[in-house]
Amino acid sequence: MSRTPASRRPGPAGGSGPAPYRKPVPTFWWLRRRAYLVFVLRELSGVFIAWFVVFLLLMAGAIAEGSGEYERFQDWSGQWWVVLLNVIALLFVLLHTLTWFGLAPRAMAVRLRGRRVRPGPIVATHYLLWALLTAAVAWLILKG
Amino acid sequence: MPETDRITLQVARYRPEQETEPTWQSYEVPLRKEWTVLDGLNHIKDHLDGTLSYRWSCRMGICGSCGMTVNGEPQLTCSAFLTDSAPGPVRVEPLANFPVVRDLVVELGDFMNKLTEVKPWIIRAEDKPLDEGEFLQTPEEMDAYKQYSMCINCMLCYAACPVYALDPDFVGPAAIALAQRYNLDSRDEGAADRRDVLSSAAGVWACTLVGECTTACPKGVDPAGAIQRYKLTAATRSLKDLLWPWGQR
Ligand code: SF4
Ligand code: FES
Repeated sequence: MSRTPASRRPGPAGGSGPAPYRKPVPTFWWLRRRAYLVFVLRELSGVFIAWFVVFLLLMAGAIAEGSGEYERFQDWSGQWWVVLLNVIALLFVLLHTLTWFGLAPRAMAVRLRGRRVRPGPIVATHYLLWALLTAAVAWLILKG
Repeated sequence: MPETDRITLQVARYRPEQETEPTWQSYEVPLRKEWTVLDGLNHIKDHLDGTLSYRWSCRMGICGSCGMTVNGEPQLTCSAFLTDSAPGPVRVEPLANFPVVRDLVVELGDFMNKLTEVKPWIIRAEDKPLDEGEFLQTPEEMDAYKQYSMCINCMLCYAACPVYALDPDFVGPAAIALAQRYNLDSRDEGAADRRDVLSSAAGVWACTLVGECTTACPKGVDPAGAIQRYKLTAATRSLKDLLWPWGQR
């Protein structure tokens, strides 16, 4: 579907008359409102999610290589800066997850017996599923 | 409140034939408890400075033409009371994110183009002959889209949206909510026709859920919710197409 970029489309004035004024977007627009700041932070959290994936892959790789490699990985990840990075990453991952769950009821219009389910139960179901999945994974790992 | 109370309106002026960017002009207007910012502007226009340009019509939150930035927030000036900004000054600017034509008047051509792209009308695969009568709808079926039909095209949501500010190609909150108004209408069969525009990169996927459109909306439309719901619809649809490519589109 091809669409002319809005910025280049002529308006109804059709080019006659003086050009309308376009206000430039200030560099720090995202500091002007709490909602904008949270939004930018949530966008940024994607980077940390990616980091967690890389970290997990590195760990899985080290485990596959045998116990020597795994010990070296543990030493490496025990360094203060790796721990710090992971703590920061955890905070961002939490921000990401919590805001995602908060959004769920707005994306899902669940109807039960002809009535739209209120946001509370939908959010609760997500947390419940999260807890169940975590428990299942923990059980799988700890049992072995 | 004594009749002598006054409040200052700081109004953004832009007269393209005499200046290259907007400037501020201050006016003092009576501060009355029943006066809105729009009443203040009308007082200026009638008694102080007839050259001030702005749009308005209904004065009752129905026509959607009086949207401006009041003290930094996108608002309908006919429902923003002067007393809420007392002792003032009240800063009145044109709606953000739209080109300013003159003073407080912005150019909405971009939205009008986008609105037609999402086909906001009832589409039928085959038209029913008139003598077969009207399409019937149960209260529940009407409930499914009614909220989205309350949109008055006031553009407060576009003014509040940083995604639209940064990417003017974004179809935007009201256009998507209005597309959903028809998609969710039991009489409509046009969801597939709207799909290309809605699920394009400039459609719902450009939205990163800032949520400010819903906060700004004076009609409780919840455009952010409409967009998230369509994301789910679009994702489910793509998944179905992937797993069942022979299925009916
Ligand atoms: S969705 Fe709300 S804020 Fe946006 S144009 Fe419609 S009524 Fe105005
Ligand atoms: S004048 Fe019609 S909505 Fe304000």
